[in-house]
Amino acid sequence: MNGVHDMGGLQDMGPINREKNEPVFHVAWEGRIYAINASLRAMGKWNIDAWRHQIELLPPADYLRMTYYERWLNVNEQLAVKHGLVTPTELATGAPERGSAKAAPVLTAAIVARRLGRGIPSSHDPKVPPQFKVRQRVRARNMNPTGHTRLPRYARGKLGIITRDHGVYTFPDTNAHFQGEKRQHVYSVRFSARDLWGEHASPRDSVHLDMWDDYLEHA
Amino acid sequence: MDSTRRTFLTSAGAVAAQNVTHAQDHEHDHQAIPSDPALRVKALESLLVEKGYVDPAGLDALVDRFEHKVGPRNGARVVARAWVDAGYKKRLLADAPSAIAELGYTSGQGEHMLVVENGPKVHNLVVCTLCSCYPWPVLGLPPVWYKSAAYRSRAVIDPRGVLREFGTQVDEGVEVHVWDSTAELRYLVLPERPAGTEKLSEVELAALVTRDAMVGVTKVTSPGEKT
Repeated sequence: MNGVHDMGGLQDMGPINREKNEPVFHVAWEGRIYAINASLRAMGKWNIDAWRHQIELLPPADYLRMTYYERWLNVNEQLAVKHGLVTPTELATGAPERGSAKAAPVLTAAIVARRLGRGIPSSHDPKVPPQFKVRQRVRARNMNPTGHTRLPRYARGKLGIITRDHGVYTFPDTNAHFQGEKRQHVYSVRFSARDLWGEHASPRDSVHLDMWDDYLEHA
Repeated sequence: MDSTRRTFLTSAGAVAAQNVTHAQDHEHDHQAIPSDPALRVKALESLLVEKGYVDPAGLDALVDRFEHKVGPRNGARVVARAWVDAGYKKRLLADAPSAIAELGYTSGQGEHMLVVENGPKVHNLVVCTLCSCYPWPVLGLPPVWYKSAAYRSRAVIDPRGVLREFGTQVDEGVEVHVWDSTAELRYLVLPERPAGTEKLSEVELAALVTRDAMVGVTKVTSPGEKT
């Protein structure tokens, strides 16, 4: 979806404001929503791609106005309702409705202590053949899907070269909509800065993007 | 239109800053009303705890992990080890997750990682234009500027301008390689070891390595050197 989240190449977004000795969380609630988010994700009702897409669905003006963790708060409220963990009434009142079932938390302190990863499946899967090869010249597809995608607008239709095959990964464009993992190869594709941005870019510079098979076509 | 957008962003930033100030005040003054998100998070947490979906001790443990255990000091140790141990550096560039795990750092957002090496002819810069992907096990959670519209938009179209804004000089003849984290791979920059640090120990070297240098927006400087 061509949303405001797809920011690569936008101009006039202001200076990069750095903060000296920046704390990990600026206020206590940021840490709490960070942890609530991780706890709900651990329940497995929604995947990382569906989560990212929910953020992209925030109205553009809200997306830009909100702080980072305000976005997290909003999508956790929305996903909890969407996936039936809480009702809109419960969200509004902050209390369980009468007779609502009591669950058991998935992410306990003991699990946090020994939790190692996000559980991304291995990227080694000989059953899924690559569609492209390293050093091959490719074109990023010109596509404008209305759902989730990880192919930024600035690279669409541009020519690049595959520099590495990362192995096999779940395809976000389908997984975000619970339409299957459609696992396929992901490559590092190098685009020259001039091909992306024109003659004012340095002839020496390049941008590498990670791209799934379905984002590429033979050039 | 340009000035309208900038005014909008500036005022949006001011509102956000106000919320932060407001909430910070609250920490010191219990009479103050917490900002709206603070109330909503509190209500959401208590609802989810009552319904049995989240464990408050689990939430405490997660916050503690990112406030105290995981952060850029981890990445600095990885970089310093690579500077003093050629075998380790080779393993790090070939298979970053395994080499990083050798030092005991494993967790989410770092299972699939690449380390990209700066040198006299190449300078690397990491961004996530679509969201905020960042190598948590070695750098912790990203700073606000990394997640900002300003950085995400410009890093790919004007990396040299971004570097200048961070006070980083990269010669015309040097290639700038930008890595846009569009998939599940996470990137860490292995900065150049500064001149004049031959006598420093691994621990002293690690103390020189900054978070910003491992994102690629700055270089590591030797102790006497001022940027």
